Amino acid sequence: MAFLKRFSKSLFLSLVLLFSVATTFEVVAQDGKALFSQNCASCHAVNKKLTGPALAGVEDRWPDKTKLHAWIKNSAAFLKTGDAYANNLYNEYNKVAMNLFPQLTDKEIDAIIGYVNTAAKEPTTTKPSDGDTAAKGEDADNSLLFGILTLVLAVIALVLLQVNSNLKKLADQKEGFKTPEPVAFWKNKSYIAMVVVILFLVGGYYTTKGAIGLGRSKDYQPVQPIYYSHKVHAGVNQINCQYCHIGVYQGKQATIPSVNVCMNCHLAINEYKGEKIVTEEGVEINGTAQIKELYKYAGYEEGKPWDASKAKPIQWVRIHNLPDHVYFNHAQHVKVGQVACQTCHGEIQKMGEVKQFADLSMGWCINCHRETKVQFKDNGFYSIYEKYHADLKNGKLDSTKGVTVEMIGGTECQKCHY
Amino acid sequence: MRKQHWQSFGELNNTDAFKQSVDNEFKEELIVEDDNKGFLETKAPRRDFLKYLGFSTAAAAVAASCEMPVKKAIPFANKPEDVVPGISKYYATTYVQDGDAVSILAKVRDGRPIKIEGNDLSPLTAGGTSARVQASVLDLYDTARLRFPSIDKNEVTFEKIDKAIAQEIANLGGAPIVILTNTIVSASTKEVITQFLAKNLGSKHVTYDAVSYSGLLLANEASYGKKSIPSYRFDKAKVIVSFSADFLGTWLSPVEFSKQYALGKKIDEKKPEMSKHIHFESVASLTGSNADERFLHRPSETPFLVLSLLNAINGQPVVGIDDKLKKSIEATAKELVEHKGESLVVAGSNDLHVQVIVNAINEALQSNGKTIDWSSTFNIKQGIDAEFATLVADLNDGKVGGLFIYGANPAYTWYDSKKFVDGLKKVKFAVSFNPKADETTLLCKYNIPDHHYLESWGDAEIKTGFYSFLQPTIYPLFKTRQWQDSLLKWSSSSIDYLAFFKQYFIGKTGSETAFDKALQIGIYQAASTLASAPVFILATVSTASSAIGGYKKVTGTEIFLYQKVAIGAGEGTSNPWLQEMPDPITKATWDNYLVVSPTMAKSLLNIDLTNNGQADAYEVKPPKHVVEIKINGVSVKLPTLIIPGVHPNTVGIALGYGRIKSLGKAVVNDNGEPNGANAFVFASYKNKTLHLCNEAVTLADTGTKYEVALTQTHNIYNTNQGNRTEIMKELTLAEYIKAPKEILEEREAEAKPYGGLSKFKEQGTIYPSAINERPGVKWGLSVDLNSCTGCGACVIACNAENNVSVVGKPEVLRGHEMHWMRIDRYYSGNDLDNPKVVFQPLMCQHCDNAPCENVCPVAATNHSSEGLNQMTYNRCIGTRYCANNCPYKVRRFNWADYSGSDSFPNNQKEVLNDVVLNMNDDLTRMVLNPDVTVRARGVIEKCSFCVQRLQAAKLTAKKESRPLVDADIKVACQQSCPTNAIVFGNANDKHSAITINRVENPNRIFYSLEQLHVLPSVSYLAKVRNVAEEGEAVHGAESKHEHKEG
Repeated sequence: MAFLKRFSKSLFLSLVLLFSVATTFEVVAQDGKALFSQNCASCHAVNKKLTGPALAGVEDRWPDKTKLHAWIKNSAAFLKTGDAYANNLYNEYNKVAMNLFPQLTDKEIDAIIGYVNTAAKEPTTTKPSDGDTAAKGEDADNSLLFGILTLVLAVIALVLLQVNSNLKKLADQKEGFKTPEPVAFWKNKSYIAMVVVILFLVGGYYTTKGAIGLGRSKDYQPVQPIYYSHKVHAGVNQINCQYCHIGVYQGKQATIPSVNVCMNCHLAINEYKGEKIVTEEGVEINGTAQIKELYKYAGYEEGKPWDASKAKPIQWVRIHNLPDHVYFNHAQHVKVGQVACQTCHGEIQKMGEVKQFADLSMGWCINCHRETKVQFKDNGFYSIYEKYHADLKNGKLDSTKGVTVEMIGGTECQKCHY
Repeated sequence: MRKQHWQSFGELNNTDAFKQSVDNEFKEELIVEDDNKGFLETKAPRRDFLKYLGFSTAAAAVAASCEMPVKKAIPFANKPEDVVPGISKYYATTYVQDGDAVSILAKVRDGRPIKIEGNDLSPLTAGGTSARVQASVLDLYDTARLRFPSIDKNEVTFEKIDKAIAQEIANLGGAPIVILTNTIVSASTKEVITQFLAKNLGSKHVTYDAVSYSGLLLANEASYGKKSIPSYRFDKAKVIVSFSADFLGTWLSPVEFSKQYALGKKIDEKKPEMSKHIHFESVASLTGSNADERFLHRPSETPFLVLSLLNAINGQPVVGIDDKLKKSIEATAKELVEHKGESLVVAGSNDLHVQVIVNAINEALQSNGKTIDWSSTFNIKQGIDAEFATLVADLNDGKVGGLFIYGANPAYTWYDSKKFVDGLKKVKFAVSFNPKADETTLLCKYNIPDHHYLESWGDAEIKTGFYSFLQPTIYPLFKTRQWQDSLLKWSSSSIDYLAFFKQYFIGKTGSETAFDKALQIGIYQAASTLASAPVFILATVSTASSAIGGYKKVTGTEIFLYQKVAIGAGEGTSNPWLQEMPDPITKATWDNYLVVSPTMAKSLLNIDLTNNGQADAYEVKPPKHVVEIKINGVSVKLPTLIIPGVHPNTVGIALGYGRIKSLGKAVVNDNGEPNGANAFVFASYKNKTLHLCNEAVTLADTGTKYEVALTQTHNIYNTNQGNRTEIMKELTLAEYIKAPKEILEEREAEAKPYGGLSKFKEQGTIYPSAINERPGVKWGLSVDLNSCTGCGACVIACNAENNVSVVGKPEVLRGHEMHWMRIDRYYSGNDLDNPKVVFQPLMCQHCDNAPCENVCPVAATNHSSEGLNQMTYNRCIGTRYCANNCPYKVRRFNWADYSGSDSFPNNQKEVLNDVVLNMNDDLTRMVLNPDVTVRARGVIEKCSFCVQRLQAAKLTAKKESRPLVDADIKVACQQSCPTNAIVFGNANDKHSAITINRVENPNRIFYSLEQLHVLPSVSYLAKVRNVAEEGEAVHGAESKHEHKEG
């Protein structure tokens, strides 16, 4: 009997598990929104005609779902079947062929259509979320409190010292000892010496700190010609960093995207419909106006075909400045070292306007080089370090700690200065 | 057997001044004006001190407290698909200048070419370059380039000038137009010219080369019926004999020949064999210095010598030359005859008859078809002097209506330039397409400057059927136009040159795809048409020999005009890199001068170099005697250098100097006077060809003196441990075959106190831990002294790659030159007039036990785990301890702000030469390599093994997740080397070229100053000279030296 009970219990548990897995599948299938923005959004909107037709009501226009699937997966092949509606559509849109999506499964297409249906019903409203701001108060600085407390304690200590000396004086008088005339504390040499020492230490500390900080610009957050929000692009819309910063895997510079890269998407996305953008100062930003600002640089007039040759470069304010004698290569860190962008740039996907996250000081670089492991086993280059491989095998090197950048010479001068 | 090598006469004689200079710790002069007083004795030093202190404190405070400037980051508006900012692209193109053509790759970084590399795919040069090729990228950014089309020096638009010239052509009224160019190597351009000539009947094209090969061309026409120059195969020749043909430096196609020559000089240790090179010359040349045997003669003796050689080869008696030369000619003939079919004789003479005899010699030696290849002939030198002389006469007779000048500059280079200038004034109109305001262009009414070659489209048919393409690597910087476009326009063609060029080569290659591919690799070879070797016309020999029989013997002093490797006939004069490159032979910069032999110095200047005090009074530092050279009433005054390797009755002057101001800051000194003097005035025109030599020279010491900036003794160092005699190792082939382990044994003996070579590394130091482990990479470099010709391509390549500053003549005089790499010239042997010469390229040796590292008080120089001796500029405080402690003297100190990187602009105006400041112009600075820090004043710098390239190479390998291979990395000097003398790579890798180089040459390898136990990362392969006699007798100076040591 006990066995049966145990069995039913485990059966129940596994059922629960199975169910939860099934629901996760549901979740994946329902992620039509993500699929939509990945695949369709550059040419289609839900309620608006862009390069391609508005997708709202697509199911009504395509009663046969298999046909719709075939069309989306390979429009060119489908056109050849001679389907009248498809051919009309093709002609209507100036014979601009729709991209091919052979990688989409039927399920995924249905998920996209599902999203289109729900999005078509909802009027586009933006709900500002208050969650972020609520938490802010907690981070308030306690140093002022500590400062006041220290000051009060210091005053009490001073008063007590004074009282102590007065009492001593009285006691001495009582005993009949002659005591020298008390010196006022502002004339007392030991007090003066103490104050001087304290001032010297405190002043010296701040001077040194200030001098070290010269030329560093942590938290630098200049106003840019266009309010470009990484939060909207990389955060909400999950655009891969490399889509815009194409150099990051290839070379020294990550590169700032040129106007034509922006226009790849913004030819289609001409208005901002996401959550309200508010700067850290509380100023509300009109996203759509910022897109129009981009159009000015691009020389693009809506409704007309874009002539890329009219574009002018956007003069962004450079935030991350390394001195001229420092060589930094993005590919080395991101492609070879597999370092995440956020390690140096902070939570960029949550930033509105970009702010310098790290102080980019040499100490900061060196520290990371001391701690970071290289991709010792995965990258074929490091096979030449035969000794380290042997040491890892025979346990001379702690395999959990691995081989750090420093061990292969990553803290030597001419790794960055030449 | 050890030989005494000496760099200077002082070293040879061990003079007082030499001893003093090697003991002098701080050899370089201070840059502050010397007021003959010590710092403390000067007026109010305390006040000055306070002033400077106050100023620097205030300046530092101001500089530091300034607000950080707002910098912009401006991306492309539309990014071209294949351009990634910060990543260099390489475009195949072709260096073309005055008929010289070398296939190259231009390294383009963010839209601007910054470095020239050789094109490995070229079957001719196979990746080799020359100093001039390397420096040509700087010419692109030359501030003296003409920036717009002009009429009478006033800027006009292209439309206006086209209209004006069309009008001029219409007004000619049948008078012919002459297109005067230097050699045109481009096949499509020739077609353009043909089209233009067809439109303008009666017009003609005249080719004029400043240094012409007329004699050779005409001789080949006489001997073979072909007015062209065949291909030479120095690699197939076991015996090479040259009569003043400087084929490694300036003759015909030096890069290609160097490559071939070095192949014959490579030694396989298991089978030691090498070619033998016998050189006859009058004035020391690069090629002569590399020869196994060199014989000196008068320029006027050349015809007799070649005739004697022909006779000797044919077994006839040798008469008419002196005994010493007779002996050498007979010995040479013997060698040649022994190697029939494997020998080659060339001559640099421009005498038709001499070249005919040389042809006869080569025929007698059966070279034709073996070492001389007629299936593919050179197109690079086509000028015939007589045609130009006729043109000059026509100009003066007023027979020419319009003159178009491209490339040629006869107002400077023609021996009788006055006559040409007079004639030029008689033409109705003259158009110059030259890119700079040279001597001829200034006399032309119209000027439409041509693009620099890096901005141009085009082709170079270097040899028949071998094409090398040009493609633009940058948008034209100025309002310039390719001259072919102008010609096409004026022959009312409907298409521009680009379309014309494309059409022409699509026709040749067969399709647009084939053309694109050829353009991409830069090279196209037409299917070879195997022409049979032409038949030698024997009859010409007797004509030539009887003509030579009629020549008179000369008894007086003769003059020989030579081209410097860097300057050529004037192509390199306006380039500061080339001007500052020490000439391989004389080690002089920025000037030309009269070169005389030590023997002549005795009679002319009263300087006996074997006399201790007199040598010191002459050598290096003291200003040189200025001598007046006079021929037929033409006189030139030049300072005199005493150079071993010059015939006692001959003097030499380099061409290319004495230019006009408008060519740029590099051709004049600070007073606006030209550097050096024009030597073309001494050329002679005889037998319808121009000879760069002359007779009846009178020389007179003017009594005045002039400073020449020589670098030869700037870097001498002597200690009890590291004596200079051992910095070089050299032996003869005979010795080498007899005792192959000689050098190894010598090294073994040096290391004996430490338990021999095997234990030397560990036992030679009390700090064995100083020799660190190299877990991954250990960089190493090797120089084969047998292949190195000393041409200097590496020096300029290093300048371009590493942003090495130009310092100007006054600074070189102070010993402040900045070259990271220098080529030391050593003499050896008994004969002061004709010693043996060895070149040794010397860069930072990246010692594993580096003496510079442990004396730096701020650890600005230290060692990397890859074996690099690192230099960190921003740590350096300029104590110069490291430079003093370096036994190789390869560290350089920035005495002034040469590179303009100081935060106070223009603060060096009073201190530095104009040409240095000109190098800091925004335009010139475009040549800087952005991957290398531009050094500021007050820091030490030195060779870094091109660490930026090493890092990039490792990154490439890492990105592809594979181990490093040799193909990833070529350091700048290695890349530029035409002879592959330099090998570089990872010495930890068993399969790398550097490891193989060291393992396969155990008997020739040596490390410079090895006994110091500095453990250099640079190894050398000893020079082996192919001479018959087994070493020379121990030099007198060596016994002296040993005496000193003992």
